[in-house]
Amino acid sequence: MTRAALAIGLIAASAWAVATFPRSVLAFLLFQGSLLHAYLAPIPRWLRVALLAAALLVLMPVIGAYNGYYLEVATQVGIFVALALGLNIVVGLAGLLDLGYVAFFAVGAYSWAIFGSPHANLIFGGGFPLAAGWFWAFLVVGLLVAAGAGVLLGLPVLRLRGDYLAIVTLGFGEVIRVLANNLDKPINITNGPKGITPISRPPVPFDVSYAEAFYFLVLAIVGVVILVNRRLEDSHVGRAWEAIREDELAAQAMGVPLVRSKLLAFACGASFAGVMGVVFSAKQVFINPESFTFLESIGVLAMVILGGMGSIPGAVVGATVVTVLNLQVLKGLSLWLNELKNAGVTVFGLSLADLPTQLEPAKYERMIFGMILVLMMIFRPQGIFPVRRRARELAGKS
Amino acid sequence: MTTALFEARGVTKKFGGLTALRQVDFVLERGIASIIGPNGAGKTTLFNIFTGLYAADEGGVAFQGRPLLGLRPDQITALGVCRTFQNIRLFANMTALENVLVGMHARIGLRVWDVLARAPRFHQTEAALQARAVALLERVGLRGDPNAVARNLPYGDQRRLEIARALAAGPALLLLDEPTAGMTQGEAGELMGLLRALVADLGLALILIEHNMRVVMEVSDRVTVLDHGEKIAEGPPREVQADPRVIEAYLGTAARQRRPRAAR
Repeated sequence: MTRAALAIGLIAASAWAVATFPRSVLAFLLFQGSLLHAYLAPIPRWLRVALLAAALLVLMPVIGAYNGYYLEVATQVGIFVALALGLNIVVGLAGLLDLGYVAFFAVGAYSWAIFGSPHANLIFGGGFPLAAGWFWAFLVVGLLVAAGAGVLLGLPVLRLRGDYLAIVTLGFGEVIRVLANNLDKPINITNGPKGITPISRPPVPFDVSYAEAFYFLVLAIVGVVILVNRRLEDSHVGRAWEAIREDELAAQAMGVPLVRSKLLAFACGASFAGVMGVVFSAKQVFINPESFTFLESIGVLAMVILGGMGSIPGAVVGATVVTVLNLQVLKGLSLWLNELKNAGVTVFGLSLADLPTQLEPAKYERMIFGMILVLMMIFRPQGIFPVRRRARELAGKS
Repeated sequence: MTTALFEARGVTKKFGGLTALRQVDFVLERGIASIIGPNGAGKTTLFNIFTGLYAADEGGVAFQGRPLLGLRPDQITALGVCRTFQNIRLFANMTALENVLVGMHARIGLRVWDVLARAPRFHQTEAALQARAVALLERVGLRGDPNAVARNLPYGDQRRLEIARALAAGPALLLLDEPTAGMTQGEAGELMGLLRALVADLGLALILIEHNMRVVMEVSDRVTVLDHGEKIAEGPPREVQADPRVIEAYLGTAARQRRPRAAR
């Protein structure tokens, strides 16, 4: 009872804090923390669902009205959650280390970018961009194209394991990026490094802003992705993936068809990225190959590892932590440090203004990130939310 | 002539310059057959060929009249030939129950769509699978918690679990690679009781690779002896036991030479 009140109170208080201090990063972090608390607190299931739904469906858009940037952060978090969940199937469940995952994101993004912008006129003559309503169809197209790319990648690497697989997938990711960079001649398909713009946005119903519309769209997709993930995991398909991860040879000897199962894992993981790619390109209005670098793949992998391989809540939390760290915490620290410098604050007799200008937390993103990963591997190698084996109800046994 | 349940003819396998198996014939109609032989004789290699993990260089293998060579291991399992491994190969981070459920993979008729839609068919199938898995674990006498992660189970339970997992595929022929390795004589005896019961109740045919001679002599209907990749003897256990070539393979030539002297 008190735990329920605490969970509700925390969410309400932190939401109020964000509304009162819309510029305070701390308040927003508190809000995120309160959601995590509600998820973990020992409260009835219905209350937990209701609280999280209310926070994500009502409070978050309201917060967005106070500070639009937070809604952007939440949308980005959602995009990366979907990517992490997709990669979680491939790496966490099936145990196939994929270092080129962002390629599927790119494939989805380019599929809508090309046809949802005037760019396609260069290829097909006229008639583009497609009407904004086509966006919905392209969510499916992006899914199918990315799944196809997943199978395409999967076929040649079926016999590879571990390190070798990682290297080939890394190469695949680079191939897609280099293709995007160079397919501007002889036929201009991707417009090379200049990228494609303007990309159509989907039609927005009622009177909501684009930011809100994308937030809800991403939220809905994340919901579907989590549902699909859970259902696959808790079925013979998921069990076959885990068996392959545990012992490929034994799995095959027990009747698991390796080729089909692995291709399905690649296709499923890729399809989530493909859908989010379509959303991403429409949201950004502009995309170029720089959005799909190797470091992005590593970033998504880090989310999965940080959260706990093979764990759905782990992937969600991992993606949130990493994205918020990148977009908010480090930037916030940089701003704060600058303010202190400008104010001429001194620490132990040293003026902060004398600090070299390179010393800016936002620029150390990758370093801090690496440090966190190293520390995680030492102190909690199983991740923040490791997989908990489901205990099944056994009839006849108490 | 009727076709045998399981039949291998002229199986030859070479690893580079080493001939691991040379022209091995093996026929099983029913019951329990054992394959014995010193270490490195090619016993496990033969199993790996039977279950599709290795491709034979020469010869043919047929199960219920259907040729197995060229089929993938999962296809062979689906046909009804399943196995365990010498060095237990469980899915270590999955529960005992999940291990058995994976074993049923080849018998599950669900499509991905059924899984995603969670149709009534899905729930019925899952419930039936789980009931069968629990029954199998009881059948093999798993003492630990079915929800325990496989790697945490005691050794004897792991051996039992591997047999349950292999049975889950509903095989007509089960290949067991040293099922009693590392067990006490008492545990081995229990396991043999189980295997006999399986043969009697399910009409299962078994091929054992086994080093424990007491077990071999007790349960086998036929014994095949391999040495350096060649079949050197075959027949009922008592006959094989007395075969001078077998004694030589196991104990070396010295033993054979001593014999006549003792007789003198």
